[in-house]
Amino acid sequence: MSQLVMTEKEENSTPPQGVSEIASDWAADQEVFRHTHWGKAMMWIFLLSDTFIFSCFLVSYMTMRASATLPWPNASEVFALTLFGQSIPLILIAIMTFVLISSSGTMAMAVNFGYRRDRRTTAALMFATALFGATFVSMQAFEWTKLIHEGVRPWGNPWGAPQFGASFFMITGFHGLHVSCGVILLLIIATKVLRGDYDRSGDYSSVEIAGLYWHFVDLVWVFIFAFFYLW
Amino acid sequence: MNHDTLATPPQVEAHQGQQHPIGLYLKIWGYLFVLSALSYMVDYFHFVGIMRWTLIVIFMLLKAGLIVTIFMHMAWERLSLLYAILVPPLVLLVLVGIMSIESEYVFWTRAIFFGGGA
Repeated sequence: MSQLVMTEKEENSTPPQGVSEIASDWAADQEVFRHTHWGKAMMWIFLLSDTFIFSCFLVSYMTMRASATLPWPNASEVFALTLFGQSIPLILIAIMTFVLISSSGTMAMAVNFGYRRDRRTTAALMFATALFGATFVSMQAFEWTKLIHEGVRPWGNPWGAPQFGASFFMITGFHGLHVSCGVILLLIIATKVLRGDYDRSGDYSSVEIAGLYWHFVDLVWVFIFAFFYLW
Repeated sequence: MNHDTLATPPQVEAHQGQQHPIGLYLKIWGYLFVLSALSYMVDYFHFVGIMRWTLIVIFMLLKAGLIVTIFMHMAWERLSLLYAILVPPLVLLVLVGIMSIESEYVFWTRAIFFGGGA
């Protein structure tokens, strides 16, 4: 009954703006995120917690790098590749960055086509995203193999501060795990899209929620690229 | 913004809230490509010191901003959600501050008592 009165009152009065809007959302006897799909709100809260996990890794990397007395290995040279007889610095990482950004682009468009109820285009774009993601993980596997062959271990490496290996494997490994989980999630959701599950339920929110997770993985890579590879 | 649809049930809004032209996404995609290329150039042309760090952080924040506001649709969410998600990570700056003081201390402890060894 009180719920009914509340709704009635809201329809009549003009909605509050700015800070008073936040205050009324959190203060009143109601759900804070009531105009947001519950799955989306939960995904955002999960991503917030994941932000803290990745931040812990990056902050501990900062601490280890700043407290190391031996010189930190130069990422520009460590991750250089010899292509066509020329050593190009950081090229593999640059390609990986472009691949992940492209996957974010296709995912954003998949969400858009999802809300337009374009079943086939949505599924196709999601499969493309998953393919980009799988490419990214394969390149990461190649990079790991190369570094392990060169003697990088979590406890040491040939070029300087032993903390380098620990940070590298922990940070990129955890990110790679996220990408792999994302690829699996995308394949599951894309299959459901193609099968028409969301046309029957009339709710394409799952595509957007999977998209949020995928963009977050890209977002984390932006920070790893800046702090670990470029710094 | 979602404010004018306050009285509509959430189900309906979830379907009508995110209608943007595809061109918007392609444009952001392009910007992200350019920004990534620029941050790669920072390394390629061997910028060093404060210049390098400033450029890296600027490009990083611009890319992160574009992804969160447009790709993750934060620009069109309610302020309650926006602040609930974006404000808590700011406390991490405190952690960064504490740990940089700590790492300074550890560095000098190692330098003085372990003769610069690892």
